[in-house]
Amino acid sequence: MGEMIVVQDLVKNYGEFCAVNHVSFTVPEGRIFGFLGPNGAGKTTTIKMLTTVLDPTSGSIRVNGHDPTRDQKQVRRSFGIVFQDPSLDDELTAYENMDLHGILYGVPRSERHKRIEALVDFVGLGERKKDLVKTYSGGMKRRLEVARALLHTPRILFLDEPTIGLDPQTRNHIWGYIQQLSKDEGVTVFFTTHYMDEADRVANEVAVIDHGKIVAQDTPAALKERTKCGNLEDAFIALTGHAIREEEANAVDRMRMMGRAWRGGGRR
Amino acid sequence: MKAIYILCLRQLKRYVRSPARIIGSLGQPILFLVALGFGLRAMFARAGQGNYISFLSPGIISMAILFNAVFSGIEILWDRQFGFLKETLVAPVSRTEIVLGRMLGGAIVAFVQGLIVFVICLIAGFRIVSSTHVPLAIFFMFMIALLFAGIGTVFGSVLQDMQGFPLIMNFLIMPLFFFSGAIFAVAGLPRALKILLRLNPLSYGVDGLRGALINQFAFGLTTDLVVVTLLTALLLAIGSYFFSKIQL
Repeated sequence: MGEMIVVQDLVKNYGEFCAVNHVSFTVPEGRIFGFLGPNGAGKTTTIKMLTTVLDPTSGSIRVNGHDPTRDQKQVRRSFGIVFQDPSLDDELTAYENMDLHGILYGVPRSERHKRIEALVDFVGLGERKKDLVKTYSGGMKRRLEVARALLHTPRILFLDEPTIGLDPQTRNHIWGYIQQLSKDEGVTVFFTTHYMDEADRVANEVAVIDHGKIVAQDTPAALKERTKCGNLEDAFIALTGHAIREEEANAVDRMRMMGRAWRGGGRR
Repeated sequence: MKAIYILCLRQLKRYVRSPARIIGSLGQPILFLVALGFGLRAMFARAGQGNYISFLSPGIISMAILFNAVFSGIEILWDRQFGFLKETLVAPVSRTEIVLGRMLGGAIVAFVQGLIVFVICLIAGFRIVSSTHVPLAIFFMFMIALLFAGIGTVFGSVLQDMQGFPLIMNFLIMPLFFFSGAIFAVAGLPRALKILLRLNPLSYGVDGLRGALINQFAFGLTTDLVVVTLLTALLLAIGSYFFSKIQL
């Protein structure tokens, strides 16, 4: 088994502010890798660089053997992603969202249809596939996003806080699909979460990032032992401290808040 | 190529599924057509200028296309807010394909809205002089749609949130419409306004459309064709450039 993600000495500066500070880590193929850290620690910035949407200031990245800054298309074909925020088109049906994704990723028509059917069944949305996504609950949208991310048979699945705001039932379902996928197809999973119990349960290995630096990388069991804590949450706090982090809202966050206030709805 | 097709199709589906938007965006053109068209008709006729509804209609059709095309570009902001933009930007297709699909889809939507307004104008008393020039009129309508989908894409890519939208409406889109010759003729205007009209891309679209339909040109068919075609190509390129610079 090779290394699916190799990050060496990665740096991202925004002006004076250093969001990611000389980070190095590797993720072996087929692993479920948890990337943990407080708000503003640099998790999402790192994912953006791994997934070709942000160029690093310095350092090197290999995803499935390709460099995201140079071989964008190869890297993009290698991974599926579930973003922190929803990214479906509400005005299209679930099937149409999947189909659009398949076409963008060049999945041939015959294969596309079969895989869409199999995947919507896999996440338990077979019955609702012809409904507009705007009629879906938050949990259903998330499950659809997981299904969509798998449509082009990626080697790596990126999940940026995939279970945020979901009830325990849905969270269990989603992790169930992901663990099954990892076992059956050997897909490498790279995820972030604030739910330490989840990370403890599903991750083969975790890295803890704080203030843009990796402060620990090991199996959850080894981290608990090293910090002499009974659970991963205590170990996490022992490693990153008690101070609450403030994150500056960007323009999109502000707009989203405004939209939410107008629509009077919840998170999605 | 398939990416262009599917993103274009997506916009058409969204359009067809939103009757509120279809009807809502007809409001302003109808208001202008009725208030100005019928309000000034008698005065226009008394001044010996003929049928004002026929003069005004190409301007109103252009207005409907202008508003819808610019709005289709601003929709990038919506897709940013609701997250769909990210889905397209991490896909293994070039940004040029994505933005061309978007602009084409937006232009077709604006064009169809223009056709609906065209029919409304005919009902209101718009008389086409020569029906052999209808294909030419259709060409100008589609060019106006593409041109302003390009301009809308620039703003949709540059703006960070919806706060800037009223600014663009009031200080760019409304002046573009009022100073395009859509509601009055170029001849007899003060010099400063004439220059303003000459600098406005929409003027050439309106003039070409009016010329094709009622055979009254202010700038001449060749000028209109050349200017509109070149500007459309230029704006599609500029729109694509700004879209390619979007950072998530």
